[in-house]
Amino acid sequence: MIIRTGNDISPATNLLVQKMLLLIERQNISGVVELVPAYNELLVYYKAEIIDYKTLLKQLRHAESQMENIANPEAAQLYIPVLYGGEAGPDLKEVAQNNGFSTSEVIRRHTGNTYPVYMLGFAPGFCYLGGMDEQLATPRKREPRLKIPAGSVGIAGTQTGIYPIDSPGGWQIIGQTPLKLFNPEQQKPFLIRAGDQVNFYAIDKVDFLKIQIAFEADNFNPETPPVR
Amino acid sequence: MNKSAIIIEEAGLLSTLQDMGRYGYQRFGMPVSGAMDQLSMQLANILVGNHPGAACIEATLTGPSIRFTAAAYIAVCGADMQPQINAKPAGNNRLISVKAGDLLSFGSLRSGCRAYIAFSGGVAVKPVMGSQSTYLAAGIGGHKGRALKQGDELELGEAPKRPVQKKIPKPLLVEYNPDKPIRILPGPEIHRFGFDSIRNLLTNSYMVSTQSNRMGYRLQGEPLITTDEKADIISSGIPMGTLQVPANGQPILLMADRQTTGGYPRIALLASVDLTHAAQLKPGDQLNFSEIKLEKAQLLIRERQRLLAAFASF
Repeated sequence: MIIRTGNDISPATNLLVQKMLLLIERQNISGVVELVPAYNELLVYYKAEIIDYKTLLKQLRHAESQMENIANPEAAQLYIPVLYGGEAGPDLKEVAQNNGFSTSEVIRRHTGNTYPVYMLGFAPGFCYLGGMDEQLATPRKREPRLKIPAGSVGIAGTQTGIYPIDSPGGWQIIGQTPLKLFNPEQQKPFLIRAGDQVNFYAIDKVDFLKIQIAFEADNFNPETPPVR
Repeated sequence: MNKSAIIIEEAGLLSTLQDMGRYGYQRFGMPVSGAMDQLSMQLANILVGNHPGAACIEATLTGPSIRFTAAAYIAVCGADMQPQINAKPAGNNRLISVKAGDLLSFGSLRSGCRAYIAFSGGVAVKPVMGSQSTYLAAGIGGHKGRALKQGDELELGEAPKRPVQKKIPKPLLVEYNPDKPIRILPGPEIHRFGFDSIRNLLTNSYMVSTQSNRMGYRLQGEPLITTDEKADIISSGIPMGTLQVPANGQPILLMADRQTTGGYPRIALLASVDLTHAAQLKPGDQLNFSEIKLEKAQLLIRERQRLLAAFASF
């Protein structure tokens, strides 16, 4: 069953999706298997042999009626370190040239905004982020790369995002984070969830290696603001 | 009891370990995977005395050859690929007893597309995120995150004592007749398609193209056109069995390894009771769609699950 909260991509519409998800989880409806939030929809997977459509609808209407009484879901603020340019970000110069900026201005603008995580999809751990500075918008590459390493931070049109796994792709790669967004062997396989807020900050090569080692050793908390 | 293992002597076209799928992580973009034909997989498990959701080998179009290092009970359900033990016909849908050194092999495909091989005790691979299913695109789950290949050795779990002989009740044995229409319900964006497109979908045949795999089937037939000429929607969830339509008007039927969300209009959704039929279609097969009411579709799946549960506990 699909619950639609609006017809646009906006923080307000998406917040209703997040709230509805929380309300349904709290109601603990027998037969509901999984909830999949998107920008403006929540998909409810259910087993028809346990709960029929009409009964589920009634339960979901009840959840909806609680909407006013529920506080906004807790959202984590995550600080994502990024090594910009060089081998880690081979397209930084292209993005700068495309928009008439210096590379440091691109970094300043990319690290200057806070990005809401609207939803995850496309690949395990891939976040659809909102809020990018529109003056950084750059078309995708003409020739997609065959392999973009996990952790690569890119721009495609007015979107920015992080590749969670090695994959082919056409995004303009401006940097790389030493953090792994998808860790299938870990207790908590995903670093970021829908509803979180993300900030990027620039690091150098030495920090990249240090953070990589600390992250592998489970000794790095992206919720701790970086020391400037 | 001594540990038994199987050795893959020939892999077949695409043989992967699959269970009921990796649920609970779609909100993080993690596809579900799992057996395409979950009914056949469960039947095979029940025959060998396993939990119905234990991992099986899903073989595609051609079966593997498997050597046993110890005695075991096995069963093959789903597509008929003419299973043989030491080159003698062994048959689908029945309990098969194998001895150490025996070889399971397959003949040519007679019906369906995917066969499920269950082993008593299951296959002892480590679950990843709660499932033993192989998700090929990210290389996780199953055996080393990939399809089985020649020389692979898989340990079997501890086998229960001799399973009771059971005969699968006839209503649970789906006949893989490609001419039988697949029943569909209207999708969330059906109103964006014109009357002609909906009529096309319900009256014409669509062919499963060669560009079809565990993610989905690209279908070929009369194009389905949105009246507002916008080909995209805001990315949203897509259950297995969704028929989505990209700008070229040729529908895609989304299957087990689909992405968690998609951005094309969803014209229709298969009744879950017919997913097993869809899972047994192969490239080149024609399929026809017919309409079903939601109440009827839910009634049918409830009846199916009731029969399955009764068969499992019998």
